[in-house]
Amino acid sequence: MTLTPKISSKPKLAVYKFSSCDGCQLSLLNLEDELLDLAQAVDICYFLEATRTVKPGPYDIGLVEGSISTPHEAGRIKQVRADCKILVAIGACATAGGIQALRNSTSAEDYAKLVYPHPEYLHYLETSTSIAENVEVDLAVWGCPVNQHTTLEVITALLQGRKPNFPPSPVCIECKRNGTQCVLVAQGIPCLGPVVHGGCGALCPANGRGCYGCFGPSSAGNFDSMISILEKLERFPGEAARLLSNVNCHAPAFRKAANDLLAASAGKEAE
Amino acid sequence: MKTIEVPALARVEGEGGLYIGLKDGQAVEIRLDIYEPPRFFEGFLVDRFLQEVPDITARVCGICPVAYQMSSVIALENALGVEVSPQVHALRRLFYCGEHIESHALHIYLLQAPDLLGQPSALELAAIAPQVVKDALRLKKIGNEILKLIGGRSVHPVNACVGGWHRWPDVPPLKALLPDLRWGLEAAIEYVKWAATLPYPELEIDYEFVALHHPEQYAVIEGEVWSSKGSKLAVADFEQHYLEEHVKHSNALHGHTKAGGNYLVGPLARLNLNYGQLLPAAKEAMQQAGIELPLTNPYKSLIARAVEIVQAYQEAIQIVEAYHPDGPAHVELELKAGEGTGASEAPRGLLYHRYQIDERGRVRFARIVPPTAQNLPRIEEDLLALVPQIVEMPQEEATLIAEELVRAYDPCISCANHFLKLKIENRD
Repeated sequence: MTLTPKISSKPKLAVYKFSSCDGCQLSLLNLEDELLDLAQAVDICYFLEATRTVKPGPYDIGLVEGSISTPHEAGRIKQVRADCKILVAIGACATAGGIQALRNSTSAEDYAKLVYPHPEYLHYLETSTSIAENVEVDLAVWGCPVNQHTTLEVITALLQGRKPNFPPSPVCIECKRNGTQCVLVAQGIPCLGPVVHGGCGALCPANGRGCYGCFGPSSAGNFDSMISILEKLERFPGEAARLLSNVNCHAPAFRKAANDLLAASAGKEAE
Repeated sequence: MKTIEVPALARVEGEGGLYIGLKDGQAVEIRLDIYEPPRFFEGFLVDRFLQEVPDITARVCGICPVAYQMSSVIALENALGVEVSPQVHALRRLFYCGEHIESHALHIYLLQAPDLLGQPSALELAAIAPQVVKDALRLKKIGNEILKLIGGRSVHPVNACVGGWHRWPDVPPLKALLPDLRWGLEAAIEYVKWAATLPYPELEIDYEFVALHHPEQYAVIEGEVWSSKGSKLAVADFEQHYLEEHVKHSNALHGHTKAGGNYLVGPLARLNLNYGQLLPAAKEAMQQAGIELPLTNPYKSLIARAVEIVQAYQEAIQIVEAYHPDGPAHVELELKAGEGTGASEAPRGLLYHRYQIDERGRVRFARIVPPTAQNLPRIEEDLLALVPQIVEMPQEEATLIAEELVRAYDPCISCANHFLKLKIENRD
């Protein structure tokens, strides 16, 4: 995409929800200090969680929360793409299919039967997929939930016609910067910090627990090395694969690493 | 009245639709449709290790992740027979104060009040009542601050675990919040008066209220399940008396009592059942505002939320003032097979969880009964009661009042599983 698109001086903003928990849209409403200024800087044309007012498109910026998990959503996202000049996927559901993508590795029908007495009443797709797997996406903001200041930075950058600044380093570096003692090295706690996008501020290690990957796989992550370390640290069988099989389970790098781990443990059992 | 259709109901969390079918001026069919995609949480909790559960259940709802975490950890602790220390318990109540404040402030000022004041959103409300919106955002922000200081972040916090907390939150930042909490308490008391003066549509309903009740404190994470019709149950017996059925138009399950009646959970139910346990500031705020119980108008759940914000601020001050962590932040768990139930008062009402776990601490079975699923049949029946009042109104007005009723429930359609489309169709 071009990051200096022709957007008006007061761009039209639309915020959409697909399969999700609402938490990433909420992170916009949680910008208590900036919300009213933001509403001055952009023209909020469609944001159902915040307002009944719906102004017709096309829109300059569309923020999409949620994954595509129903036939209706698979159709609707195409219209959303057509309505928005710049489409931004926000959050783990929109960037990687979300926690509901846990169904992708098994049968959605089995889950439906577990939860609902009449699964035949439901309309769902076999898989939960990211927005980018369905339509072209211009920017992806990772996180479960997204860091609200990163979302604000994206909007600000688009207003200024520049590239947004995303947290550059993995969670592991955020720990070092915070002066948090390494939970993996010092306490032997399985932690995904070295292979996960920064952005949360390394909250889990700061609370004495391992990172479970809310911000998705870091492009710089050495997964082979990570796997070999995690395998040794497991406190119960399958722990490492479970860490990877969470809110970003459908992100390709996490999926591959989890499958490698599962294959390795199946190999051991066979021995 | 001809066919009325609102393509999407705004200012609710999630997606659903509302359909009202009329014949000869009478409602012949009312349906609240839930389009929110099913996400199968209870399915993928199976086989997870119990400590993973609070991280996963939080993702049911971004507005009330604390409720989902608390009901899970309590249920899993019950399965293991674990008791937490009074300090762990107090901090959980403080955590919940944060969530009640942020969620109620969001609902009152950003979601419901714009309706009562004839505005499409809080942004327009800010133009005519700037101080209200400014105070509202500050009230809400302080709630989120509590969540951040305890849980690291306000949406999907990371510090709660089965057995207590991963670590004690630091003392100085919590104590440093006291001036804000004291401001919040004063502001919240003033806004109860404001809430009492808003123009509510008239609708009185003979509700069966259901909420947790505890003799010594305003029940949030403890106590029995009480009903205004007299039943008093241990949480473990919840499913024997409150049932869910799967209705065809909905991706959510609908709750009812064993006798087949609808019941109401949420702030109105809590306030009406547990007035006696309110802290003094909340009682005083009600008295000053001239609020008398019972409150039986669903639109006036806003007033109950405003009172609960006072309650939460006063309690938050007490807990923070007394906060002095010592001893372990969590109990070391001894794994064993078992079953446990847990309930807590999410901002929108009673949230019940039940888990079975095996000897290695893996979930074998999970059941979640969210508050909005319990309220859905009640909302439909309230709409039925509303129809005679709105049937002669101009379409736009009728639609708005019906839509506002749904919104007053603060339905968390993401939780109940959810795009509200309102369609009132004349089938004459």
